[in-house]
Amino acid sequence: MPLNIDWQQILLHWMNLAILTGGLYFLLYKPVKDFMSKREAHYQELDRQADRKLEEAEALKAACQAKLEGAEAEIREARAKAQTAAQQSADAQIAQAQDQARQIVDKARQEAEQSREQALRASQRELRELAAAAAKKLAAKPGTDPFDQFLNLAEGGETHEGR
Amino acid sequence: MNHRKRGLAICLTAAGLLLAGALLAGSPGRTESVQEAMRDAVLHDVNRVSLLGLKEVNPGLISAFAVTAILLAAAACVRVFAVPRFRLVPGRLQLALEEAVGLFDRMARTSSPHRNGFLGLYIFSAGAYIFVGTLFELLGLQAVTVHGHPITLPAPLSDVNAAIALGCLSYLVILSGGIAGSGARGIGKTLKEFSLPISMSFRLFGALLSGLLVTELVYYFVSLSFVLPVVVGVLFTLLHALIQTYVLTMLTALYYGEVSEPAHKKQ
Repeated sequence: MPLNIDWQQILLHWMNLAILTGGLYFLLYKPVKDFMSKREAHYQELDRQADRKLEEAEALKAACQAKLEGAEAEIREARAKAQTAAQQSADAQIAQAQDQARQIVDKARQEAEQSREQALRASQRELRELAAAAAKKLAAKPGTDPFDQFLNLAEGGETHEGR
Repeated sequence: MNHRKRGLAICLTAAGLLLAGALLAGSPGRTESVQEAMRDAVLHDVNRVSLLGLKEVNPGLISAFAVTAILLAAAACVRVFAVPRFRLVPGRLQLALEEAVGLFDRMARTSSPHRNGFLGLYIFSAGAYIFVGTLFELLGLQAVTVHGHPITLPAPLSDVNAAIALGCLSYLVILSGGIAGSGARGIGKTLKEFSLPISMSFRLFGALLSGLLVTELVYYFVSLSFVLPVVVGVLFTLLHALIQTYVLTMLTALYYGEVSEPAHKKQ
């Protein structure tokens, strides 16, 4: 063969290259590549964890923000409720006071009415008694006009003609 | 300071003694002319080495086995001692290993986004083989030819058989990518590049052979054997190793990506 080309030696070179490729694959290429892949996976996992934690922090922040806004609304609501309750209490107290005042006034009015009626009854009774006494006196004194006597008695003993 | 001066003096004395020894011992005499040395560097038809007594082979094949043994031994040491101690924050060795694997893996992913699992492994091993194989000649390991002469083992890819084997294997890998990615259409696309195995083989062979010839030439003459080999032997070889590794792996990855790309449906 030209250039001393020998197919048997070429085949021996191929065998040598096959052994080299297989040996390097198992001894060097695969272990190093596996380690590199493992490290890449490790850092990707760290990256994912960091992303996940960031998302959790964002969610927590949003929840806190929402809670804060809710708390403000709650405070406003509670304040409004308290104001309403205070207003209602004040209204109830006013109503109660007015009611009590009304009751007092009614009671006073009833008492006054009763007193007036009592006084009226007492004065009527006195009047009746006076009239009865006068009538009795007039009836006991002959010669006098009972009517005049009554009038005189009613006017305190003065004759009504003498006025 | 005194330590440094003393070290420098020791180095200079040793260099002087070695130079004097080399000049006094003299050369055993040339067994071949420069033409014969060059011809043998290309054809390997004289200085052949026995493969375990079974067959006479080119010294490049012995170099190839030696390179594989070195690479597998280093990989086994890394697997046993370094990989179990890998940490999430890498040290220098771990960083170098990850960069070596990641470089070819990234090259495979970017050149062939659809199918790159085997491609990454292939260009990693081919790249390691070319790089270490090219630097292997710097070690100057000796072998004995069938005629009993000692020879320095050359870079494996300076042997045309090794270059053809790697070029054709790369083409077969590309073909396998075409079949796996596009079926019959992939075969057609790969066969269209019929010149690829020849160009890849002889590009490697030519590049490595030129380095070998220059080195042979430099070492053939004693007067050129001082200082100059530091540049020619080390820097050029290192540059060669990087360039050839990059070229073959990049070409393989590009063609693999091209032929394994699935057909786009017409709108």
